[in-house]
Amino acid sequence: MLERTLHRIAAPIDGTLLAIVGGIVLLGLITLFSASYENPGRFSAQFANLGLAFIVMLVASQIPPQTLMRFAPPAYLLGMLLLIAVALFGDVRNGARRWLNLGVTGIQPSEIMKIAMPLMLAWYFHKREAVLRMHDYAVAAFLLAVPTLLIARQPDLGTALLVAAAGCYVIFLAGLSWKIIVSLGIGALASLPFLWGMLHDYQRRRILTLLDPGEDPLGAGYHIIQSTIAVGSGGFTGKGWLNGTQTHLEFIPERSTDFIFAVYSEEFGLIGNTLLLTLYLALIARGLVIAANAPTFFSRLLAGAIVLTFFTYAFVNMGMVSGILPVVGVPLPLVSYGGTALVTLSFGIGVLMSVQSNRKLVQT
Amino acid sequence: MKFAEFRNTERDLYLFQVRIGIAGAAVLAAFAILFARFIYLQVIQHDYYHTKAEDNRISIVPITPNRGNIVDRNGVVLARNYSAYTLEIAPRKVADVEKTINELAAIIEVRPSDRNRFKRLLIEAKGAETLPIRTRLTDEEVARFAAHRYRFPGVDIRARLFRQYPFGELASHALGYIGRINDRDLTWIEERELESNYKGTDHIGKTGLEQSYERELHGTTGYEQVEVDAAGRGVRTLSRTAPTSGNNLVLTLDLALQEVVETAFGNRRGSLVAIEPSTGGILAFISRPGFDPNLFVDGIDPVSWDELNTSLDRPLNNRALTGIYPPGSTFKPFMALAALETGKRTPSQAIFDPGHYDFGGRRFRDDKVGGHGMVDMYKSIVVSCDTYYYTLANDMGIENISRFIGQFGFGARTGIDMEGEGIGVLPSIEWKAKRFRRPDQQKWYAGETISVGIGQGYNAYTPLQLAVAMATLANNGVMFKPHLVKYIENVNTGERRFVEPQPLKTIPLKQENIDVIKRALAGVNIEGTGARAFAKAEYTSGGKTGTSQVIAIKAGEKYSEARTAERHRDHALFIAFAPLEAPKIALAVLVENAGFGAVAAAPIARMVLDYYLLGKKPAKPAPADEAASDGR
Repeated sequence: MLERTLHRIAAPIDGTLLAIVGGIVLLGLITLFSASYENPGRFSAQFANLGLAFIVMLVASQIPPQTLMRFAPPAYLLGMLLLIAVALFGDVRNGARRWLNLGVTGIQPSEIMKIAMPLMLAWYFHKREAVLRMHDYAVAAFLLAVPTLLIARQPDLGTALLVAAAGCYVIFLAGLSWKIIVSLGIGALASLPFLWGMLHDYQRRRILTLLDPGEDPLGAGYHIIQSTIAVGSGGFTGKGWLNGTQTHLEFIPERSTDFIFAVYSEEFGLIGNTLLLTLYLALIARGLVIAANAPTFFSRLLAGAIVLTFFTYAFVNMGMVSGILPVVGVPLPLVSYGGTALVTLSFGIGVLMSVQSNRKLVQT
Repeated sequence: MKFAEFRNTERDLYLFQVRIGIAGAAVLAAFAILFARFIYLQVIQHDYYHTKAEDNRISIVPITPNRGNIVDRNGVVLARNYSAYTLEIAPRKVADVEKTINELAAIIEVRPSDRNRFKRLLIEAKGAETLPIRTRLTDEEVARFAAHRYRFPGVDIRARLFRQYPFGELASHALGYIGRINDRDLTWIEERELESNYKGTDHIGKTGLEQSYERELHGTTGYEQVEVDAAGRGVRTLSRTAPTSGNNLVLTLDLALQEVVETAFGNRRGSLVAIEPSTGGILAFISRPGFDPNLFVDGIDPVSWDELNTSLDRPLNNRALTGIYPPGSTFKPFMALAALETGKRTPSQAIFDPGHYDFGGRRFRDDKVGGHGMVDMYKSIVVSCDTYYYTLANDMGIENISRFIGQFGFGARTGIDMEGEGIGVLPSIEWKAKRFRRPDQQKWYAGETISVGIGQGYNAYTPLQLAVAMATLANNGVMFKPHLVKYIENVNTGERRFVEPQPLKTIPLKQENIDVIKRALAGVNIEGTGARAFAKAEYTSGGKTGTSQVIAIKAGEKYSEARTAERHRDHALFIAFAPLEAPKIALAVLVENAGFGAVAAAPIARMVLDYYLLGKKPAKPAPADEAASDGR
């Protein structure tokens, strides 16, 4: 009896995905141990986070995509309501930020949007069934823009970027014509000066700092300078585990969260980086294969968007740490310390597994 | 297939797979860029970054400079620093702050107020590396913690310099206070590009002189190059750039005089500003009630903060600087001077005062029932006759009044060396048109001019403005910029930078007209409304009483002190200068809700002059509420 239940729970688990995820998580734990040397509590706390994430992944993998589809509009609405609540609450000075600083459990509404956004758009495109027309894309763009702006206003540029990316991936995969993509691209380039004017001062400074970190070595450029030194001084083989001087002399800020890649890179060098890149690539490849073979429009779009969002996490984070992208608050997926992003990501991986295991059920 | 009737599933799948392929190619390209970057950093530029990382073993530690002291004109120290031990927690290095505090409390006393203050600091000073949970540890407490130190990573004892205001409440509104740097202060620092000079600094001036002279007081941060070991601990100091202490402020303020006044005020609310007319140097700057600035230094605990903020007496309000009040009859000498200068009156021209003035069907009452009879200019000031000024205001018109009165600085910032100065209201046709929305409200009515004539109506000025106006009149029309700092002293070189008296302007006035007004002001203290307070004074002086209405009295109703709720009672005012020839001091005093100026405010002015000119300290606090004399 028990055996059968366990078997049923284990059935949707995709062995390949799980193995790759396990590999990345293991590298993450090894690095976190080194990064949190002066705060060992984080290492054990990360185990709790991982346990929770594993359960979330298991649960998500049990939910068939058809069921998930039903939850799309309510999840999106809930996310919107919470975002609006935060916007109003946030006006009460320090509101939202304090809530997080005190560490009361609970996830940010913007985090819900990372899943709810691709869910909603995939649901919408699926519902339109027949050939998608211009106005469908317009509706999708609207559904995408409102929460993104709300999050960007908080301000949380990193999350806004990920939510927007997730939505854009759905729209791209749904088949938006190349003509429009190209003209949008040109339009975006043309509106850059305008966007520049809308950025907060500190956000502008971050971008300027990227171009010339030496400008402000003790201020905004500090993160980039120190993390680039960490990566570069790691060399081909790295300085060895627990031997990173940049890490252990406290030159790397946020070294167990957003900048953990600097720690990894310093201690394991180019060899380590290649290994991690390969693992990420394998995970993404596996995910894309799952998406490509998915039976329904909905599950294809959803799976594709989830994988590409995962890619965005990894690319933006490593790009930021190695000094080719501006500093935005995006964690290194499955490696950075912290439960929120971990839970969101593992939910996404669970969904991928569910899509994979339900591949034939619908078709027959 | 099921979906074939809706769409070409095969084709859709194909199109989707093409897109997935493109996405996959993009992913590969992006990762290739990352890989190229890694090769660039870790192989090609490895030597460069390796050297950089080695150099990083040398860390630069800021050394906070000593904040400058503030002393009064006689060298009495009003704000200084002392060294003490604090117990500090680095919130980012401690997993469970609450638990750590509880464990600490078992070793060292941690009061609930310490906890509350710490919580407040956690929210306010987010950027700070460490925050104090306890300040001013005793030697015994230091020893006890040292024995348990190993149990508390992220908690440490530090020797720090603390700001101390030895006289507590005394002169608190002039000094202001310092507090922990918060987000707003950070913006201030960033705007002035002082970030590097504030590395290592936790405190900044928040109000008063501590705020306005922040850049003088702070000093220049020094740096120490320290070689660190693998654990990040300092091994030896390689080089040191000493910090430069902040400059000392030497004030024009006389603390003893300040104390005389604050004692005289007792529990009453109000303000007094005394100025040296020939320089603009402020001798006394009082706003009562005050507060204890020491409470703010380590971060104020929420209970005290609430108390200060919710008190009806509003002790954090700097009344001298920002409080605006109608000047009442202290306005009359300026009106009289305006009449002389504009030729609307001669000194001897007299009117008959029946006790009221009728205009446009409204009756404006004089304070004295039955009136003062025949009143010329001298008498109008000495007995403070309202009817004389009702008539005069009507004859002059609001534009002439505001143009002339404005010259004395009424309704404009005085430019004192303190931030947040109030502006007040100098009523004029233009002002009213701007102030109100509805067209019928925007229009100036001739009837409104009449109450302006006796310092009521829309008139509203700060005590500081009133004192500056008095000083300017005493100084025969030459106005000096009021200032609290006499000179700034460089602690290292001993060099003194004097705040030069800055004549703002010379109001073109005829000396004979000024003399008329001064004679009348002298008359006030000899035979008029100030005579009782200035009985047997051993010096010559001029003064003017004032009583300003807090609530409007309906026509036909007489003001009764007893019947009016305490906080609706009139404010008592007095302006004065002395000696008559070559004045050394001019002042304005306001006592909130104290009734007649002659009774409540004039005696305080007398004490100030007695002390400043003769060195006499008052024997007892000012008489609180004696029977009302006939003064207004």
